[in-house]
This record gives sequence, structure tokens and C-alpha cells, in this order.
Amino acid sequence: MTEYLIKNGHVFDPVQGIKGDRKDIGIKDGKIIGASEVSPSAKAIDAKGKTVMAGAMEIHAHVAGPKVNVGRWYRPEDKLFNSCKISEATRIEGGFSIPTVFKTGYEYARMGYTFAMEAAMPPLYSRHVHEEIHDTPIIDEGALPVLGNNWFVMEYLKNKELENSAAYCAWLLRQTKGYGIKVVNPGGTEAWAWGLNCLTINDPVPYFDITPAEIIAGLIETNEFLGLPHSMHIHGNNLGNPGNYNVTLDTLKLAKGHKAKNTFGREQVMHATHLQFHSYGGDGWGTFESKAKDIMDLVNKSPNITIDMGCVTLDETTTMTADGPFEHHLTELNHLKWANVDVELETAAGVVPYIYSPNITVNAIQWAIGLELALYARDPMRCFISTDHPNAGPFTRYPRVIKWLMSKKAREAQIKAFKNSDKVVAATEIANMNREIGLYELAQMTRAGPAKALGLAANYGGLAPGMNADVAIYNLDPAKMPADPEGIEKAFSAVAYLFKDGRMVVKDGAVIDHGQKKTFWVDVKVKENKQVMHDVREKFLRYYSLNEGNYLVPESYAPHPYVIAIDATS
Amino acid sequence: MKTVTLTPTKKPELILEADSITPDNFAGKTAEQIAQLSVYQGKQDCTLGEFFSVAGQAGPTAAETRIVINGDCSKVKYIGSKMSAGEVIVNGDTDMYTGAWMKGGKLYVKGSVHSFCGLGMEGGEFLIDGNAGNYLAASYRGDWRGMQGGLIRVKGNVGSDICSFMNGGTVIIEGNADVHIMTHAEGGKTIIKGNVKRRIGGQMVKGEAILFGDVDVMMPGYKYVRDVEMEVDGTKAMFHEFIGDLGERHPKRKGETVYGKFYMKV
Repeated sequence: MTEYLIKNGHVFDPVQGIKGDRKDIGIKDGKIIGASEVSPSAKAIDAKGKTVMAGAMEIHAHVAGPKVNVGRWYRPEDKLFNSCKISEATRIEGGFSIPTVFKTGYEYARMGYTFAMEAAMPPLYSRHVHEEIHDTPIIDEGALPVLGNNWFVMEYLKNKELENSAAYCAWLLRQTKGYGIKVVNPGGTEAWAWGLNCLTINDPVPYFDITPAEIIAGLIETNEFLGLPHSMHIHGNNLGNPGNYNVTLDTLKLAKGHKAKNTFGREQVMHATHLQFHSYGGDGWGTFESKAKDIMDLVNKSPNITIDMGCVTLDETTTMTADGPFEHHLTELNHLKWANVDVELETAAGVVPYIYSPNITVNAIQWAIGLELALYARDPMRCFISTDHPNAGPFTRYPRVIKWLMSKKAREAQIKAFKNSDKVVAATEIANMNREIGLYELAQMTRAGPAKALGLAANYGGLAPGMNADVAIYNLDPAKMPADPEGIEKAFSAVAYLFKDGRMVVKDGAVIDHGQKKTFWVDVKVKENKQVMHDVREKFLRYYSLNEGNYLVPESYAPHPYVIAIDATS
Repeated sequence: MKTVTLTPTKKPELILEADSITPDNFAGKTAEQIAQLSVYQGKQDCTLGEFFSVAGQAGPTAAETRIVINGDCSKVKYIGSKMSAGEVIVNGDTDMYTGAWMKGGKLYVKGSVHSFCGLGMEGGEFLIDGNAGNYLAASYRGDWRGMQGGLIRVKGNVGSDICSFMNGGTVIIEGNADVHIMTHAEGGKTIIKGNVKRRIGGQMVKGEAILFGDVDVMMPGYKYVRDVEMEVDGTKAMFHEFIGDLGERHPKRKGETVYGKFYMKV
């Protein structure tokens, strides 16, 4: 394997506390090594006047699996006019908001990303998720199975059987090759099967007679009982409705009193995702306003919570979520085509196209809220960049989100471009916010922070010797930042170089190598639990449409695994 | 206005994707430069000059450019697609996507056109002396944005699914039409001088369909309201007025429910 010496770059590495100092970085056998240990035959990369960071990590995106594919097949118009010629190294790419698997891998790599977490894996269809993950080149990926509306989980938690809930979740993670516990509209998606929803954390789930609050708290306890690398990852109740910030505050308060128990250095017990969709004030669309400050005041005070933004990028996109009732609500609002799926005992999903228009005041306020969350965040190690791809916008817009975060001038230009900018300014705080995120904070929000929250900080998200050699080099000179904010977007759109596991995979913004992607999953050993295995057998016999033996995702579906083994027997 | 004349010299083996044939792409170019414009044959990137001889010169802008094609283009797609101004005249037939997403100017095909022509058209004038295939003035597959504006006139007959998801503009068919007209439409006007087979205005939310001839089977979701005298494309006549599709949602405007309208000549 080629040895590299990256010379004279401005390094930003929160793991070592390096804030833009010029420093040489060595790469050997897929790992970072000290510059002095590099042999004379190493290939030198001149990074003078460039920014050097670890590979960026995506904590929440819908990039693989059945609902992404529903979006692809029922939106052929998403591929119209954006196919491109293949290069020598790449395969055909297509799609904008729901790109093909190849385009997904290439686009993340071109932006300097080396890891993406698929945010919602329906356990029953996890084979499909893994097939797509396997076909997505370059980037490492994991997937979070959805458990917040799972019949087993709801029954165990209702009966306060924490150990059974943990044994079931451990069994499910192994069956599905999943990474952690995802919760989507807890109880509400199950209620949707009855044509209902849970709009607060205290609405009882029909038949199961449990509340979303009990599900959330129960799954936090389950997560810490098992000591998983990631925390319970939640999309809360009542997403997308005016005035929902109270439900969000209630949800966030459920983390209080819980402490992270794990050996991975993770400190949070709750990751609250795409918080933009959950930070709305007002009592209708006419009085719709930002409550980002109220939400972030609580998040800033709660060191055991991490968040991601879910920033609206003002594009035509495709919304997709396991929050079935929300998607129905959305299609009633915009009258565009709606797909809806029920996943047996586990979850549901819906898909609806959506156009975030700068001419629509509500959309412009949503844009502001997403950015406000990050600008209010006091600890960039706990607030991560996301667009909830593709829900608030495609992940390919991260460079634009970064531009808005790093430049007040860019935000002002966008506010001015809104049709009703005075209404937007009146309903938000964005126009008064002077903060500009710096490159070190950006490295915290996109590298070290997500790595820590995912329990991967030992090897990922930093550039210390011994860590995995995922390195992104940008054409951005911190000493001479571009006067025009467009220069920031341009620099983060196309890396000068990207190294993945020590291999150069992108050069001058062009993909040159498919790398060796890995599938991350968590294998937890728990005490033998005859009750849970009996319940599994019975539910498969009585309710599931397939046999228990056909449920497991075989090894062949994840032929390049990165397995995190945990012993939770004691 | 300056004229560029294209004459087919070689019939493509596959189908030519020639979205470069528009006044916008020709504007400001000499015949030699135009011959170098890119066209795709399958996955091969070819030049226009390999299939056409180019004579004359383009005007400085699209509006001052006229393109005349003398010959058969029944294996050439995308002629005049996305054009914003100027003129294109085809003395022959054309293939799919002719005039698709056209924004302005004038497109005149003296022969017949294939399917998906005038797709998502936003403005301008598109005349067809012969027949048109399916999905004329409709939306692209999966899309909900059919014809938005402008005028299409077909002297002959048309295929099925014309004006699907139409949102605006006018389509005049002087001959007959097959099944499915203005399905899912939310605006626009379709006039058919001949007969229609079935399913006119299915799931139509808004818009007008005006029929001079007969329809084999009427949609069940339409309700007769009155007889009305109208002047349609120069002809004054009495029409039965129906509203529908009553199985579809309908928006309210100033307290009144807006329906799709279907007029049938008495």
C-alpha cells in the first residue's frame, strides 16, 4: 500500500486540539502515523494553503433501503436532465434528491465524507438495506433499525421487562446487522395502522396501552443496559406541525437523569435528529415561527443530548420517513403523489415529493430554524450538520449549508432573496445572529462530534497517529478565506484529495478509486433468554408473513463487515 | 431574421438525440460551428454535421434565428426542445420529445410527430400538420407538471394520454383522439374537433375539455349542469356543460368550489 506524507496543510483536528496549525501527516497501511515515522519513499502531497481534516461523518441520512428505492422508482422525474457521462473510474450516476447508490457514494466522497449512517432500517427489509449499502461505493455505512413502534418492544416496556427488551434488541441487531436503536414517531406509527397518530408524548398507543414517553425512556434504558456504541436516536412525535416545540421539549426532558453507560467514550443518552422539523412555534401556518432558541436553551444545558440540524436547503426534494401519518398529512397539504407502506409488526413508511420554495414564507422560516439551531449551539461537539437527506434537502447541499453557517453575508443574501423576507425576519432570529462557524467548529460538527456520538471516536473523526487514515484535503486557505462566500461552498463541494483507509479515492474532485467500503454493525452478547426466544418463535408463527429462519441477514449481505462486539452478559 | 438550413444526409442507425437543434443553441454560430454541435446516437457522442448538411447562418440571438430542416427526421428526437425564441420549421416527420419543455418561439412540423411532444411546454406556438402520438402536452413520466402555457395545434389525429397533468395553455386537435384526455389536469384548455374514445377528464381537478364530436363512453364522475353558447376557435355553437371529476378533490376560490369542465357540442 502506498505511503503518503501530507505536507504543510492547515490541520483542523478537535481530537488533538489542532486549530489550523501547519502540520505534516503521515499515512501508512490504512492508519495515520507521525510525520517522522514516514519512510523516504512515501509519496508527498503538497497541501500548502489547503485545509486538512479527517473524513467527515454523516450521522443521519436516508441513503439505502426500501423507502429510498420507492422514491427512486416512483420519481423518474428526479433523474431527468441530471445523468452524466461516465468517467474511467466511475459508473453511471443519476438522480438529485434520491441519487442512485453509485452517485450516493461518489457525492459523499467528493465532499470529503467517509461514513454515512442510514437512519431508518425497517428490520423486516434489512436485507434490502444491506444490498444497497454493499453497492454504495467508497463510504463506510451502518444502519439503525427502527424500534419505536415494534410490538415486542412495546409489550416488554409496558410490562417493565427491561431485560427482555434488551435481549430482544440485541437479537434484532444481530439478525438485521444493525448499528443501534432508532425511534421514529414512537407509538404514532403503530397508531397510524389504526388511522390515528400520537401527537404528544402522553397519547396512548391504541391496543398496546403504552405512551410514547414510556417507549422513549424504556429504549434509553435498554440502550444503556446493552452499552451500545450509539445512543437511542430519536425522531420525536408531532413532526412538522406549528407549535410542536412543546412536544420536543417534553421529549428532550426524558433524557434527564439518564447516564451513558458504555466503553466507547459516548456521553449522550439521546440523539435528537433533524430538530429543525421539531422546533416550530405558532398555532397555525399563519403564525408559524421559530422556537430554535427555546429548544437550544434546553439542549445546551443537557450534556447527555446530541442533535443534528435537518437544515432546509430550498430545493425540490423527496420526503421519506417511517413516520407514516406525517407523510399522509403532507400529501393532504401539497397534493403530490403519496406512497405508503405498512411493515407488519414493526413500522411503516411514507414518501411524498416536496418543493421548499424561497417564495413560501413557511419554507423560508424552516430554512432559518435549521441554521439557528446550529448557531445557538454552544457545544459544536453535540450539534451536527444534516439535512435529514432527502427530507429537508439532498445531502449534496452540505457545502451550501456550511457556507450559510460560516458566513453572515451569505445568510443575508439568502434572506434578501426571499419573497416575503420581512415576514421571515419577524418570525425568526436569524437576521440578528452574527455568529460565524469557524473551521475548527466545523470539524467538531462534522468529524469529531459525530464520531464520538456514534461511539467510534477511538478510530474515526480525527487525525491522531493510530487512527484510521480517512483524510480530506480542501482547496481552502484558512489564512486567506474567500471574500465571496461562494468560494466556501465551492471548496467544500470538491475535495482536492480524499484518502479512505489510506487509499487515495478522490483527486481534484474526481473519483479515482472505489475504495474498500465496510458495513458497520453491532453484535451484543446477552444472557440466554428463553422467554424472548419463545416470544419471537410465537410471533413469527402467528403474525409474520415469513419464517423466522428467513429473517436473518446472512454474512454474504455484508461481506466487508466492521463488527463491534459487546459483552452485556454481566 | 437569419435562416439556417439543415438537410439530412445520413439516416442514423439508432435514434439521434438532438437537443442541440434549437435557435438558442444555434444563435451566434456559423454553419461550421453548428455542424460541430453535439448529438448522441446511443451512447456515442457525434456531431450534427455527421447527419445533416448545414447551410446559412444563425442570427445573433435565438429570436433572430430560423431553422429549416428539409427532410425526414422520424429518427431524430428533441428537435426544438427547451427553445425559448426564434423559429424551427421541419419539412418532414419528427420523433419523440419534439418541442418538449418549449418556452417560446414558433415550432412548425409539416409532417407528423411521435409521442411525448410538447411535454411540459411553458410557452410559444407549436403547429403540427400531420398526426401526433401519445402523451402530447403531458408531463414527463412521474412528474405532475404537464403543459403550463402556450399553444399546440394538431391538424390530424392524436394518440392516447394527451394533456395528462396539464396545468395551463391551449391544445387544439382538429382530428380524433384516443383514450385518456386531460387526466389529472389542474388547468389549461383542450379542444378536440373530432371524436374521442373514452375517459376524457378523468381525475381532472381544474381545466376545460371541449369536444365537437362524440365520445364512446362518458366518464361517470361528470354531472350535467346547463347548455351554454360559446365561441370556440372561431366556431360559435351550443354546448352541454358538465362539471367533474366529482371523484377528485376540488379547491375553493372565493367561497366557490372550482371544478373541471367538460363541454360537448349539442
